Amino acid sequence: MDNQYADTFKEEAYELLTELENSLLELEDRPDDPELISRVFRAMHTIKGSGAMFGFDDIAAFTHQVETAFDQVRTGKLTVSRKMINLTLAARDQIKAMLDGAGKEGAVDAALTAQLIAGFKELLNEEQAAAPPAETAMPQPSPSGPPPVEDPVTFRIRFRPARNIFANGTNPVALLNELRQLGDCRIVAQMCDVPLLVELDPESCYIFWDVILTTTSGLDAIKDVFIFVEDDCEISIDTIDGGGNVDDEAYKKLGEILVERGDMAVEDIEAVLANQKRLGEMLVEKGMAAPSQIHSALLEQQQVKEVRQERRQKEERARAQEAGASIRVPAEKLDVLVNLVGELVTIQARMTQTAVGREDAELINIAEEVERLTAEMRDNVLNIRMLPIGTTFNKFKRLVRDLSGELGKEIEMATDGAETELDKTVIERLNDPMVHLIRNCIDHGIEKPEVREAAGKPRQGTVRLAAVHSGDRVLLTIEDDGAGLDREAILAKAVEKGMVAPSAELPDQEIYNLIFAPGFSTASKVTSVSGRGVGMDVVKRAIDALRGSIAINCRPGLGTVISIRIPLTMAIIESLLVQIGADRFLIPLSLVDECIELTRADVAASHGRNMATVRGHLVPYIPLRQKFSIAGTVPDIEQVVITEVNGTRVGFVVDRVIGEHQTVIKSLGRAFKNVEGMSGATILGDGSVALILDIPQLVRSVEEGDYLALSNEQSTLKKMI
Amino acid sequence: MSVPAITETTQYLTFKLGEEVFALDVAKVREILDFTTVTKVPQTPDYMRGVINLRGSVVPVLDLRLKFGMSATEKTVNTCVIVVEMVVEEEAMVLGVLADSVQEVIDLEPEQIEPAPRIGTTINTEFIMGMGKHNELFLIILDMDRVFSEGEKEAIVKTEREAVVNE
Repeated sequence: MDNQYADTFKEEAYELLTELENSLLELEDRPDDPELISRVFRAMHTIKGSGAMFGFDDIAAFTHQVETAFDQVRTGKLTVSRKMINLTLAARDQIKAMLDGAGKEGAVDAALTAQLIAGFKELLNEEQAAAPPAETAMPQPSPSGPPPVEDPVTFRIRFRPARNIFANGTNPVALLNELRQLGDCRIVAQMCDVPLLVELDPESCYIFWDVILTTTSGLDAIKDVFIFVEDDCEISIDTIDGGGNVDDEAYKKLGEILVERGDMAVEDIEAVLANQKRLGEMLVEKGMAAPSQIHSALLEQQQVKEVRQERRQKEERARAQEAGASIRVPAEKLDVLVNLVGELVTIQARMTQTAVGREDAELINIAEEVERLTAEMRDNVLNIRMLPIGTTFNKFKRLVRDLSGELGKEIEMATDGAETELDKTVIERLNDPMVHLIRNCIDHGIEKPEVREAAGKPRQGTVRLAAVHSGDRVLLTIEDDGAGLDREAILAKAVEKGMVAPSAELPDQEIYNLIFAPGFSTASKVTSVSGRGVGMDVVKRAIDALRGSIAINCRPGLGTVISIRIPLTMAIIESLLVQIGADRFLIPLSLVDECIELTRADVAASHGRNMATVRGHLVPYIPLRQKFSIAGTVPDIEQVVITEVNGTRVGFVVDRVIGEHQTVIKSLGRAFKNVEGMSGATILGDGSVALILDIPQLVRSVEEGDYLALSNEQSTLKKMI
Repeated sequence: MSVPAITETTQYLTFKLGEEVFALDVAKVREILDFTTVTKVPQTPDYMRGVINLRGSVVPVLDLRLKFGMSATEKTVNTCVIVVEMVVEEEAMVLGVLADSVQEVIDLEPEQIEPAPRIGTTINTEFIMGMGKHNELFLIILDMDRVFSEGEKEAIVKTEREAVVNE
């Protein structure tokens, strides 16, 4: 077994499973939608077929059972029930587990597989028992059998495989044999495309087949034969005899058949026929029809022909567009591209710097042009990696459904702005925190139906996910209409933990944000009602790592809103370049509020407390020179870069602010994985390396450490801000 | 007496730290650079000199002199950064080490290499793969993987200690 194909299959199967899940969830709302049913069926069928083709026999066998059930639904013998959806969703997960564990012994719970299969069999039996036996006269078909059709119908099938069909592991003969099993079948192989031996590529398929098939199985059965190859093979299936009694035993003329099959152009036949006398002319000659009648009939012919031609061209165009609309590219290739663009941005910055240094107008011109192009290219390349966030929203739908069922709550999920685009890696890394937050909403936020009714709210709770662009960030909100947070309990806990002075009067917002504080949640839950905060600091850390921020707000009794702000991308950020001694550092611009000057007099006035007064408010600051033990003399006037993280303003003292900088983020690598306060590095225009400060982490380390002793003072301070 | 781990003739790059001559398996050496600007990463041990820009990648640089208890490397015309490649826990990693001067590449037979003496060296014998004898001169053959993983461990210990202090 060639691994490459197995991987391709897996990749496809994962995609199909995702689609399957979405279709099933939709099907739950609209159980009668035939389009959805056949979508489910198709996904199952494809997984089964390609699974068998690539040696995933267990998957094929299992999926067959599920497919059988949906075949019954498709033919109207079974109706979609909630039980069936549950079972199918469970089966979907099992197939995924099988895919994950492929090749590993004992990775899949065989008992569960058997249990699910039994579940489907039971479902089929139940339904068959329930169906009135007198409804149809014909015998009940075996579940896997083809749906019967009363009259045999004759089809003309032209099967023109893709040249590379063998490379996909498809054996056309096997397909033809499958057709033979459907009924009376005549097959003619067309060899006219086979080239001379010297030009022949033995691995290509040059032959195509014409099949005349008379069958009772119906069109769907034939389509099913070709289901795996329909995307890259040309398959045309026409009904040429619809069954029933036809008076005339004669069939179409040879010329007509050839034209219908597309073997000969109408013009060619007409040209040949022109050599003999035309029917019309003969008729006119014999006086059996008036020339005008013939003319009119010919016009009709012409008209229909033109209309059909146009239609076909339109279809072909649409097909070509569809095929060319998108291409699949492995994510690694994009990562390489993004890295290259990153390097280009670095080198371009260097070029601009050099050009400006030379004071050569022409060179500066070129450098500016390159700068413009680079910026455009950077935006475009980063754009390629953007994915709509809706893909994850769908995943959460399933989570909400399963979890609410488990907890006996009635919860509906609504989404907004699913088309909002975000960098692929950001979306991936958002997944876990989002799951955590949604779980919290369902588990602790939304009340049981009875409680809700008693409180005068609708039985069904709602979790609303929304995403919207705002500048270079995306604002994500997770909103529930549950009970909200228990302000008093949180406050009591915080006092108990020594995080807040008992006398402190905090605004509500401050109190709610306490649940994100590290250590707040490690102990037992606050109360059973407001147990939120379990692992919230983990969520916050994950969001911080994405250079994002998180805030929580709530209206008691009405619900909670959690808002997350995250940058669009993680590869390149705008930042502020600052200098301390000879070292240069970068501060993400999105966190910077303002810069102020700090004179010796200011320092003296604050009595060693590291606080600056900004427009009447006190802002604590961190002297980075001291924190990083950088030697050298402190300039008379220092700069304080004031940042805002989750509503807290903290200043960072530096020697000099150099300016804005396009920062391509480079990892510091393994050697520095334990370093605190740095989130990465970048290469500056002159080729040297500058470090990117991890502002939230620095703020945290200071809050946890040096300032802990001053917690009273800090809370008074927070109040003043 | 030879070192069991070394069974084939191997090429070694020799370099000097102070007056002492050291050697590294050539297979691990990627390139040798002039000593350029190193950016110090704050809150790291002294022997972690910082990071350099190696054609667009950020590469950490170690000062072996500090690691081995000598004074910090001074920048001279001969100072070099030896870029070594190694695999740490199945992850390829590139690291630069400072050398006062780079000497030559020599062949050493297994019988020319002896196990590290337990006493008599200024550096931790853990980092020594063996002592090579070349032209009546002894070379210290370094085990870079050890040097690095030891460094990493220390860094972890340091951060942990800081965490304790902070609490």
